[in-house]
Amino acid sequence: MQNVNGGRSYDNYGRRGRVILPLLLAIVLWAWPSAALAGSLEEQTLRLAAELRCPVCQNLSVADSPSEMATQMRELIHEKLKNGESPEQIRSYFVSRYGEWVLLAPTRQGFNWLAWLLPFVAILGGGGIIVVTIRRSIRRGQKSNADASRPLDPRYTSRLDAELKESER
Amino acid sequence: MATWKKLSLLLSIIPILLLLAYGFKTNPREVPSPLVGHQAPPFALTMFDGSGNSLEQLRGKPVVLNFWASWCFPACYEEAPHLEAAWQTYRDRGLIVIGVDIQDRDADAKAFIERFKLSFPNGPDPQGKITIDYGVYGVPETFFIKRDGTIHYKHVGALDAKVLKAKIDEML
Repeated sequence: MQNVNGGRSYDNYGRRGRVILPLLLAIVLWAWPSAALAGSLEEQTLRLAAELRCPVCQNLSVADSPSEMATQMRELIHEKLKNGESPEQIRSYFVSRYGEWVLLAPTRQGFNWLAWLLPFVAILGGGGIIVVTIRRSIRRGQKSNADASRPLDPRYTSRLDAELKESER
Repeated sequence: MATWKKLSLLLSIIPILLLLAYGFKTNPREVPSPLVGHQAPPFALTMFDGSGNSLEQLRGKPVVLNFWASWCFPACYEEAPHLEAAWQTYRDRGLIVIGVDIQDRDADAKAFIERFKLSFPNGPDPQGKITIDYGVYGVPETFFIKRDGTIHYKHVGALDAKVLKAKIDEML
């Protein structure tokens, strides 16, 4: 089908788009993890080094630390990757030498789950408390408004009128 | 305050207090080595005098493997005479003392050896491979390796004569 400008119909493109776009998306999603895992040896070394704690530093990763120990650890990671060891094998090697302490993020198992889940529990709990508090204060406000619209006690009205007249004098 | 409010406040405070108590009881500097009780990683070291030494050659003998550096003051300076004394006392009974000098300059390391008249074998670990293989995170650190090659004990910080004697006696 041709449109007035001599081009193909937008309907045609739309139909193709409906096929091509999901296909492209599928290819990107399929290629994404392998692309992220790949990269040069240097990139892989830095990615792994960023997961490890520098043993001689205060809360610095092996990737970020300028110390000699961290430099030697980066060189070792590079060498091991070059020799065909997988990132998981290298991670296990460092854990076998330094313990789990060397991992900047605790593994998702056993007692460590507490470190992973507690922040979310705290956020949900805190959010819940905020919602309940806001709802209560709204309800209290509505109640006090309802109280205000009620007619006053005639004793107070007459006393108020008398005191107003007294002050006007 | 409603009873359930008091109860929930108490229940939320108790775990925090327990966690704090646990944190105060533990020493943040103490990092237990996963290597203790396991086979010592094999190593080959070229000594400052040019001779070679490897753990494989020393199998069947108890080994005191000490990681040190000339810039490690005062801890390495404090323990060096004790290590030399232990070597002199126990070498006839088969004990081997080996020093691994890490992250150091050769000239400084040799001056250190000369200063304390260290006669047990010492060698540098220029690429830090032995250091990392033993999970060392500072100097001085000392590993006591039994005759069967398993790591008996790891000491962090300066050794004194008492600890050295006790641990060597346990291995002999």
